[in-house]
Amino acid sequence: MDKTPNNKAWFLVLPVAVLVAFSAVIPLMTVVNYSVQDTFGGNQFFWVGLEWYEEMLHSERMWNALGRQLAFSAIILAIEVPLGVFVALNMPKRGFWASFCLVLMSLPLLIPWNVVGTIWQIFGRVDIGLLGHTLAALGIEYNYTQDAVAAWVTVIVMDVWHWTSLVALLAYAGLQSIPDAYYQAAKIDQASRWKVFRYIQLPKMAGVLMIAILLRFMDSFMIYTEPFVVTGGGPGNATTFLSIDLVKMALGQFDLGPAAAFSIMYFLVILLISWVFYTVMTNLDREGR
Amino acid sequence: MAKITLDNLAHSYLPHPKGEADFALKELNHDWEDGAAYALLGASGCGKSTLLNIISGLLVPTQGRILFDGKDVTAAPTAARNIAQVFQFPVVYDTMSVRDNLAFPLRNRGRDEAYVAERVQEIARMIGMEDMLDRKARGLTADAKQKISLGRGMVRKDVNALLFDEPLTVIDPHMKWELRTQLKKLHDDFGHTMIYVTHDQTEALTFADKVVVMHDGRVVQIGTPEELFERPEHTFVGYFIGSPGMNVIPARVEGNRAYIDGSHVELAHGYGPLGGKVEIGIRPEYARLSRTEGLPVKVRRVEDVGRHKIIRAEFFGHEINVIAGEDEAIGPDMTRVSFDPGRVNVYADDWRVAPQGRAA
Repeated sequence: MDKTPNNKAWFLVLPVAVLVAFSAVIPLMTVVNYSVQDTFGGNQFFWVGLEWYEEMLHSERMWNALGRQLAFSAIILAIEVPLGVFVALNMPKRGFWASFCLVLMSLPLLIPWNVVGTIWQIFGRVDIGLLGHTLAALGIEYNYTQDAVAAWVTVIVMDVWHWTSLVALLAYAGLQSIPDAYYQAAKIDQASRWKVFRYIQLPKMAGVLMIAILLRFMDSFMIYTEPFVVTGGGPGNATTFLSIDLVKMALGQFDLGPAAAFSIMYFLVILLISWVFYTVMTNLDREGR
Repeated sequence: MAKITLDNLAHSYLPHPKGEADFALKELNHDWEDGAAYALLGASGCGKSTLLNIISGLLVPTQGRILFDGKDVTAAPTAARNIAQVFQFPVVYDTMSVRDNLAFPLRNRGRDEAYVAERVQEIARMIGMEDMLDRKARGLTADAKQKISLGRGMVRKDVNALLFDEPLTVIDPHMKWELRTQLKKLHDDFGHTMIYVTHDQTEALTFADKVVVMHDGRVVQIGTPEELFERPEHTFVGYFIGSPGMNVIPARVEGNRAYIDGSHVELAHGYGPLGGKVEIGIRPEYARLSRTEGLPVKVRRVEDVGRHKIIRAEFFGHEINVIAGEDEAIGPDMTRVSFDPGRVNVYADDWRVAPQGRAA
């Protein structure tokens, strides 16, 4: 049967096309446009081709920021995922305390990023902060404005405090979906606590955990506000992650071309890693079937 | 294998049960004989799963004791009771292979690998899954998974009892029959004490040596399928077992006659004076329509179900069912119904009354 050509149908797609154009395509193309040109102000642009990309690829500054970024994401994932699972396993299953825990766990997630940064910035201060002052009184050397290690610890602990809840809540949801019969069968089979975790809880949580890891990875890889508020990327460049470096370059130094090239590569890296994650995830899933 | 004794057992899900109505499982004394196959039959919510979970140790009863071969296990955890249970929905360890699933209970108990391998092979043959041993359990069909759960239950030779909690609910009808037959055969071959919970009378009657019928938290009758059919101890048993169930008609019983609206039905035995709500129960199989014999009846509908006909009729304002042979002609002139006197049971307040001069 032949379909009647009806070109009017295109009008139905138009609103979406316009929306996507303005929200994603045009801004992205602007960045692409910047990344292949140089400007000396006055709205004059010169075509430079892939020069900025080459420069960025050979820029030690960007590689260092990328290294710090990867280290940061790896560390917070290594802490937040096991910790979140551990918390979820120990949360009450039902009743008043279950709701209570859920609300308590959600609280950090509701606090705006820069407020979280401010809280920890003050909390860690050696002169007036509860944490900083207490540590100093105990004779522990801790000053995140001068010591790179202290700065890293602060930023990581802050992220763990802010986002472990998310992992815990997702893992908890996965756990809640396990029917009681599984636990009863495990009891009858005399499975140890570890085996219950390994063969019942972990497989049932695997799906949501993958989502949690993906979310936490993407989010931490793009982190900006919190470390910016607490350390401003310092001391030195110790906590200058990719986003912070990018903003410094684009707005601080007004190097629009390199910054644009940097942005595009940053975007591609996130896309690539997320795609790898997703592929591995779905493959693992399919293999089991 | 063991004899399981329930001593004064009762359970309530409320922390402080007040009256009898608060108990999901009313007081109960019963011995489950060693090596017998029992079915626990009842409608949903009648307390049969509660009873099963108490036996398996997943629930601690509010009162009473459970004894395995005379040993009190009321407070013992599930693992210590050495029982196996198959649940309504198949429980398999998805990430393990079928082989590892079957070996799991043995390995957890520290049996050596040679023994484990031998048992797994044997069980796999029993449940017909030898060629699937190396597959992952995930992605198998529901009945294959249920067979694995069953196999996991039987892999231990020394289990005290095998408990089934409506194990065939999620299985396709044609597989149900096959699995049930397999279960029955396994019971005959190995003589495990088996308790099988179900709300399906066919399942109960074909599987079990003895059927325990529960109603409203109470065991109303324990008997062979034949006893349940011929002499239901409670009107619920009569109604629940049989398709359609027993006709229960309010009546006044004097001696060996039951009066219904001034007319009477002959009974095979005499009864003493009865108090409370008196009814007579007659299975549709033992009622007969005719032109001349018996009491007036108004036929409403005839359903031909293939191997027999079910006649829905009105009898003194009560709905009754009569089963007639497939080749019997049912005409509009059949306005009388008669009952086989020996098959009529008499009930007072829902419980069967033994005729005078006879034991129950």
